[in-house]
Amino acid sequence: MLDLISVLSRWAIPLFLFVVLVAGTLRGVRVFEAFVEGAEQGFGMAVKIIPFLVAMIVAISIFRASGAMDLFLGLVSPLFTCLGAPPEILPHALMRPLSGGAALGIATELIEEHGPDSLIGLLVSTAQGSSDTTFYVLTLYFGAVGIRKYRYALASGLTADLTTLLASILVVATVFRG
Amino acid sequence: MVNYVWLSLILVGILTAAFNGEIEVVTRAALEGAQTAVKTAFGLIAIMAFWLGIMKIAEQAGLVGVLAFLVRPVVRFLFPSVPRDHPAVGAIVMNLSANLLGLGNAATPMGLIAMRELQTLNPHPDRASEAMCTFLALNTACLTLIPSTIIGVRALYGSADPTAVVGPTIVATACGMMAAILVDRFLRGIYRARGG
Repeated sequence: MLDLISVLSRWAIPLFLFVVLVAGTLRGVRVFEAFVEGAEQGFGMAVKIIPFLVAMIVAISIFRASGAMDLFLGLVSPLFTCLGAPPEILPHALMRPLSGGAALGIATELIEEHGPDSLIGLLVSTAQGSSDTTFYVLTLYFGAVGIRKYRYALASGLTADLTTLLASILVVATVFRG
Repeated sequence: MVNYVWLSLILVGILTAAFNGEIEVVTRAALEGAQTAVKTAFGLIAIMAFWLGIMKIAEQAGLVGVLAFLVRPVVRFLFPSVPRDHPAVGAIVMNLSANLLGLGNAATPMGLIAMRELQTLNPHPDRASEAMCTFLALNTACLTLIPSTIIGVRALYGSADPTAVVGPTIVATACGMMAAILVDRFLRGIYRARGG
């Protein structure tokens, strides 16, 4: 099953390109001209994202560098221990929705320190793989079309993150117990 | 909500830095953050241009429409406000499939294309539409089959079974996905009632 999925991932894009180009040609699309016409908008879209991304990453960067992040960690850490989860993974859990790179860094450190097959290693691996950087995704996707009012998107994104974290703790505890 | 989160991140950061007696880190962090943001955005130009080009061909060849046709029942359930043959549907499907296969480089451009298409249906251009909120809820939950990056890290540090976390990851991410859909439905109802 896993082999099938990894073969699929490797073939997906080349195959997709092949199908699109062949289908385009058969349907009489002037493929080169169409490609250039579409690609033209790439620059504009990426540039449009800049203000949104700057706003969000600057805020997160200040929060982390000032030590406020660590302060916050200290505050919620007792709550976390109540859940029966090792408090070592808390920094990762809090960083995951904010910064993908930083979260991966923390996960790598924990895996290095405790070993990939320890409970902490397995837990942080699962938590890392099963969720995405909510703040980045929202900023990027809304920024690309110039949306400033996020309404309830942040609330549902963060609820999903929390659910994923709790599910990771439960599943890892169940699967790898003993 | 995003206004308050953003404000608190910065204000709490400044106050903490002042309290710790190292106020200069604020300025440095701000500049570094801004630089990271611009670098990230510029990094997107290449893959965006490539995928926008390919998607233009797919669109003109009618492939996006075919894809949209195939997933109509799911789309009607998740995105009732999107017309069933709309180009947004094709882009949404491709974004979710790319996520599923762990193809981050393709998933992001497809997602941005989907947002652009959803924006054409949005009556308030500066405000997130219901379909966008649902789409982003699905994306932040990030349903994936192979967490390839973390498998790589595990292998690097000598795991006896690097892929042991694949099963748990799929279960956890599916839970997150369901929560995202439910919460999205619930908040959509509340916002509708409030008229916001």
